Amino acid sequence: MFNKEKIEAIIKERQRWEEEILQDSLETLPESRNTFTTISGLGVKRLYTPEDIKDLDYERDLGFPGQYPFTRGIHPTMYRARVWTMRMFSGLGTAEDTNRRFKYLLEHGETGLSIAFHFPTLMGYCSDDPMARGEVGKCGVAVDTLKDMEILFDGIPMDKITTSMTINPPAAVLLAMYIVTAEKQGVSKKEIGGTIQNDMLKEFIAQKTFMLPPEPSLRIIVDTIEYCAKEVPKWNTISISGYHIREAGSTAVQELAFTLADGLTYVQACVDRGMDVDEFAPRLSFFFNAHIDFFEEIAKYRAARRMWARFMRERFGAKNPRSWMLRFHTQTAGCSLTAQQPYNNIIRTAYEAMAAVLGGTQSLHTNSLDEVLALPTEEAVTIALRTQQILAEETGVINTIDPLAGSYFVEALTDKMEEEAMRYIDKIEAMGGMIAAIEKGYPQMEIADAAYRFQRDIDKVNRTLVGVNKYITDHPPVEILRIDPEVERRQIARLQEVRQKRDNKKVKERLQQLRHAAQGKENLMPYIIECVREYATIQEICDVFREVFGRYQDPGLF
Amino acid sequence: MGEERKVRIMIAKPGLDGHDRGARVIARALRDAGFEVIYTGLHQSPEQIVAAAIQEDVDAVGLSNLSGAHTYLFPRVVELLREQGADDIVVFGGGIIPDEDIPKLKEAGIKEVFTPGTLLEDIIKWVKENIKPRR
Repeated sequence: MFNKEKIEAIIKERQRWEEEILQDSLETLPESRNTFTTISGLGVKRLYTPEDIKDLDYERDLGFPGQYPFTRGIHPTMYRARVWTMRMFSGLGTAEDTNRRFKYLLEHGETGLSIAFHFPTLMGYCSDDPMARGEVGKCGVAVDTLKDMEILFDGIPMDKITTSMTINPPAAVLLAMYIVTAEKQGVSKKEIGGTIQNDMLKEFIAQKTFMLPPEPSLRIIVDTIEYCAKEVPKWNTISISGYHIREAGSTAVQELAFTLADGLTYVQACVDRGMDVDEFAPRLSFFFNAHIDFFEEIAKYRAARRMWARFMRERFGAKNPRSWMLRFHTQTAGCSLTAQQPYNNIIRTAYEAMAAVLGGTQSLHTNSLDEVLALPTEEAVTIALRTQQILAEETGVINTIDPLAGSYFVEALTDKMEEEAMRYIDKIEAMGGMIAAIEKGYPQMEIADAAYRFQRDIDKVNRTLVGVNKYITDHPPVEILRIDPEVERRQIARLQEVRQKRDNKKVKERLQQLRHAAQGKENLMPYIIECVREYATIQEICDVFREVFGRYQDPGLF
Repeated sequence: MGEERKVRIMIAKPGLDGHDRGARVIARALRDAGFEVIYTGLHQSPEQIVAAAIQEDVDAVGLSNLSGAHTYLFPRVVELLREQGADDIVVFGGGIIPDEDIPKLKEAGIKEVFTPGTLLEDIIKWVKENIKPRR
């Protein structure tokens, strides 16, 4: 962007400035630290100038919004036409409790739904399984059968709202429940919109809700992608997630690298199935963390878009521009919040949300101040939603597209993120790809190392955590949400009633048909839908998978 | 009398909760502090944890839970240890645990509960002071 003579003149001027101006200043007022780094440990220089982005080519590396390589954003108008979807991740107690919370949030200006399931659902168990004891409705909503999904969406028009479901091993089952519930509302599967997370690779790496070994997990994921490409055209078939990788303690670079490496694995698996890349790639979506280091996060999102566009066009030969676009959801960093002085979490979340928006996110969840203590109260979640509304409607950050483009620092950091992430991706590919790397424990241990390093830095006060290792004061406890112990009893009673009322002969038949299909090579989605329709439980369906494909056991690395 | 053997600690993840960042950081910190550490890995039932603790002859079990199921799972582990006559194994725990739950957990036999923001040093210090080889 700059000619050679201009850069040389700037370098010369910088050297003069360092000798004549800077040196004096450092002597009279030394800097507070020897080195400055991002929260991920990337070095940050004192000053950035055109010298740092001398190789940047505007058309090649940035381009225009809505155009390859999408560094500046995926839409030509970005938030001027429509702000991001405000999508609060919610789920608590029974389906009735969560239905009430959904309606409350929609009344208060939320624009999309996002379901948090309790652990038994996440892991493919029913609420009355011995492993579910103590977990029912605690960390999300209990969904055992279609009946619960029907209650969850009672009075919520499924043709008007899009829904994201954080669900992985049993993603196909929950999608099937969603399809059948919509059908019962008179909404065709061609019309429904939303997302299933459905990203098992990051489960093995970080979030750790797993059920089957990697290979059969991948088969079911490809089944859902293939099925939706034909039958549920508006559905985002996967949300390739860096969020949990980051929460597990990774650096921003690792989050970026492992997420894209996972994405490449899914694309390759679909291509290997015989699908045309442009048939499914437009429905792939991503999910990133918004951590507290403001500029690093913005650079991460911009680098992610550019890298994905290049991979899709150059490596996979995608021709549809929609296949090149990296669309993403963002959640502010749960792991950046502190139990101490919890009101400070509002401030952290607000900065993180702003980074996500300046980075061009398509949808956003803002954490509530009390989520480090329990599921959020109505008051806390309202403040979190209002944080987004203030950002969208008061601060003016939406007025222009990608406002930090051209910043010497942000562009240099964007390049750096890309370069460092490519190093990881190359290394993973040299190992034989992400599945091979996971089997070696490579990404898991890289993250564990980073998490440990970070914790030691906090311990030694190399990094400040306000209220934890600095500015420590007592804070009166905030009021937190308690899940009524009755939830477990009520949920199990409903489950037993469903089991009694349904046609058990039909359920058995449908499960048997699913088992046959699983043993063969057919796409499993139609079979799962038929099981769900007869009110087969999530555990009955997942038990078929566990029986046919075996279980994945945590290697327990630390 | 021979030399005192090293303190053996099992870090365990009971239930279906998958949040293992804290458990793994603690396991590593205790190992680096000179303890023998065994990590169970995820998704262990209280029965599995107790069986492993007895088989591995540990001096203490550190339980980690971030899903809200601690109110059932932590006391259940203590109860099973008692049933097995192994209640000299010290049980401590941590995770997303509301302050008001801590007295109840202690009453149930959980010796100490660590909440988010606790420094590694403090946990190591507590372990050094409170856990001794059982025999």
